[in-house]
Amino acid sequence: MDNIILEMRGITKTFPGVKALDNVSFKVREGEIHALVGENGAGKSTLMKVLSGVYPAGTYEGEIYYDGEPRRFSTISDSEHLGIIIIHQELALVPLLSIAENIFLGNEIATKGVIHWPQTFARTQELLKKVGLSEPPATLITDIGVGKQQLVEIAKALSKKVRLLILDEPTASLNENDSDALLKLLMEFRAQGMTSIIISHKLNEIRKVADQITILRDGGTVETLDCQTEDIGEDRIIKGMVGRAMEDRYPPREPKIGETLLEVKNWNVFHQHHRDRQFLHDVNFTVRAGEVVGIAGLMGAGRTETAMSIFGKSWGHKITGDVLMRGKPVDVSTIPRAIDAGLAYVTEDRKQLGLVLINNIKENTTLSNLKAVASNGVIDDRKEVKVASDYRSKLRIRSHSIYQETVNLSGGNQQKVVLSKWLFTNPEVLILDEPTRGIDIGAKYEIYTIINQLAAEGKGILMISSEMPELLGTCDRIYVMNEGRIVAELSKAEASQESIMRAIMRSGEKH
Amino acid sequence: MVADTSTQINKPSIGDYLKNNIREYGLLIALVIIMLFFQILTGGVLFKPVNLTNLVLQNSFIVIMALGMLLIIVAGHIDLSVGSIVAFIGGLSAIMLVKWGVHFSIVVPLCLILGGLVGAAQGYWVAYQKIPAFIVTLAGMLVFRGLTYLVLQNRPIGPFPKDFQLLSTGFVPDLFGFLGPISFNTPWIQFQQSLIDTSTWSVMWPDPQLVLVQWTINNVFALVVALVAVALLIYKSIGHRRQNELHGTENEPFGFFVAQMLIISAVAIFFGFQLATYRGLPNVLVVMAVLIALYTFVTTRSTIGRRIYAMGGNVKAAKLSGINTERLTFYTFVNMGVLAALAGMIIAARLNSATPKAGVGFELDVIAACFIGGASASGGVGKITGAVIGAFIMGVMNNGMSIMGLGIDYQQLVKGLVLLAAVFFDVYNKNKG
Repeated sequence: MDNIILEMRGITKTFPGVKALDNVSFKVREGEIHALVGENGAGKSTLMKVLSGVYPAGTYEGEIYYDGEPRRFSTISDSEHLGIIIIHQELALVPLLSIAENIFLGNEIATKGVIHWPQTFARTQELLKKVGLSEPPATLITDIGVGKQQLVEIAKALSKKVRLLILDEPTASLNENDSDALLKLLMEFRAQGMTSIIISHKLNEIRKVADQITILRDGGTVETLDCQTEDIGEDRIIKGMVGRAMEDRYPPREPKIGETLLEVKNWNVFHQHHRDRQFLHDVNFTVRAGEVVGIAGLMGAGRTETAMSIFGKSWGHKITGDVLMRGKPVDVSTIPRAIDAGLAYVTEDRKQLGLVLINNIKENTTLSNLKAVASNGVIDDRKEVKVASDYRSKLRIRSHSIYQETVNLSGGNQQKVVLSKWLFTNPEVLILDEPTRGIDIGAKYEIYTIINQLAAEGKGILMISSEMPELLGTCDRIYVMNEGRIVAELSKAEASQESIMRAIMRSGEKH
Repeated sequence: MVADTSTQINKPSIGDYLKNNIREYGLLIALVIIMLFFQILTGGVLFKPVNLTNLVLQNSFIVIMALGMLLIIVAGHIDLSVGSIVAFIGGLSAIMLVKWGVHFSIVVPLCLILGGLVGAAQGYWVAYQKIPAFIVTLAGMLVFRGLTYLVLQNRPIGPFPKDFQLLSTGFVPDLFGFLGPISFNTPWIQFQQSLIDTSTWSVMWPDPQLVLVQWTINNVFALVVALVAVALLIYKSIGHRRQNELHGTENEPFGFFVAQMLIISAVAIFFGFQLATYRGLPNVLVVMAVLIALYTFVTTRSTIGRRIYAMGGNVKAAKLSGINTERLTFYTFVNMGVLAALAGMIIAARLNSATPKAGVGFELDVIAACFIGGASASGGVGKITGAVIGAFIMGVMNNGMSIMGLGIDYQQLVKGLVLLAAVFFDVYNKNKG
């Protein structure tokens, strides 16, 4: 009965110097949701690019059977023609065009090059309905949230008569509500007989929707697990991904909590762009020495904005309130002053905001504290090399040298470079904004270990994260934010996924 | 999970090294090939002492402005106004020197300050009001050209006092002048005619002849400077290599190092010798050399330089790292204004008159020099040495084609194609790598 829609046999793909895929085999049954998991660099995205024709036939070894017939795709449109549609992690939408224009981009409803607008809008409306969006088709992409943009991508796929939908980390930048909606939509599609392949790091979601799970590791297929015949636990999946059982995902720590380092009082901030809208309301919190403090909340709750407005007022407008370090008021009105006051902010977007990607590890490491490796404005090359080498070995940054450009590092190693940069400013309080986003499990563990070490050295850590298990596993105390307010403060003993969600929900009812 | 985190650095092979640094060597090789090419086409005129001196004088201002432009481009901006600033400051200097009779020792620093102010006026809009530099400096190009016509009242002003002219036409006095001219004879192969007759485009046999040529060194000092410079360079480079070895930093392969030193020494000594047989070191050459050294130092060793590169690479990350990106951008434009002012005075002194049309189109030569030299239009990438070599590539082509009697039409066409080819070479290398 199992009708195999897709089979990839013995796929080997080499890049100069690297074997990205080594004899990978992969089978997908018609009408199922098939999850593809593995650490970063395991070859998931490469495999999907081989399938969709991004890497044309001939540049890899092995065979692809689709509908039982061997296929050789030499362009993306070859595979799209047969209903194989891939939605990449970085959405391919044009921000300043409308939803309708985006959906039919390159595939316009037109006669002799003249677009038929009424038909385009009508078709768009139909498609949007299928994915549960009620936005007018003329809305610009830039005016809708990431969650809805993701749905527009799916609507675009539907417009191409998709039979096999491939989603590369679709929920990576979505909050839980949007993620749930997306997953529900996938399940609806499954009920209608569509096949999907989903690449994801979020194991709880995979458990929720997947019929089969294929695990890749280091460019090879490890195994395919069938979720219908047995109950697959997260630990089982992790074991396959890392090649060993991961007993403890969070390294243990004995908290030694000291005096209050950072105290923020009555912090009120107006929105950066909508200048008459108050965004943060009377935010108060403290971080003590040796303590890891979490901020939980849904996307848009104001967590990143809180951090950035404190760090040199780099977000927001009409900012009022006090910031105290060790009980004394400090000036954080510009970033250099915030750094001098002992703050460091590790941004959630390390590629756009954290690193100068075309510069090497050494140059990124010293960027925030160049003065410390220079005298009279002249950089002491030897000192700089030493600093960068020390951090590279201390944080175990995997690279061939400190001269490697950061653009060529994996996500986890990039994050370690950003951490090096901020540790070199010798801060008292580190604000970590989604420090493990998009990082594989092994590297996550290393980041947690670094956080523990810093806390043990007496630094205060403020950690913002959308992954609740991560906050629960690492923090001594958790603040819950919602709609620009701190709505709860939970001790380690009180905190649980339920208590956090309850705090968010309850605060929502009040307003 | 265990990976190599040791600090030792793998020694790059010669092949790898060449691949990684093909841009720099390629550029230098291209310059040499272009020079040899024109040496042949012009029947040996290009390397004549008079012409080499002219080459320096004609290109000094492009090189000087390319230093500032490189910083602007690395910072992620562009400056289209430098040609107009050249004319504007040249005009102001003429009014002060010629009409008001102010001494040049006051006029020169004053004009540099005025240039800085012009740069500041544009930098303000770019840095603090976030208007794209392309637009601000396009406006500046028109505004300062207009102001030049206004202050000069549409007429050229000249001639300049002799002492001011020396800025661009003077030569460093011969400290060894007491030795007098030194003459000696050597046998030499001389070509009697050019390989290609550009009037008919026919190839002719160059007809080499062995003759006894008399060489006269008029200015021993120029040769001594060249020798000292070469000695210093070799000494410093060897020291630098030693340091690198001691601290385990990457070094270029030894064979390359030797070859590079030999070629640079030979070129420098040849250059010094040729200048010595004419009138010695032009003042402008000294100014230019000092500025090149200074800006190389600033871009490679100083915190300011590092911050400009970081800002050009990712302005948001640089800002969040505590760099005052606005102020840095502002000063980059101030710096450009000062250098454009210096170039303006050199040009005025060279032409011995300030004209409203001075410097038209110079911005394009300067920008082209930076891009030929490997700067990236999106910022964060570029080297002073690249921009200088780029400027000389443009200069040699200008000079060579002028000697050959090619009109402005062909000159522009060839320059445009060379720019495109250079940038294509960059893009091709990047995609391949």
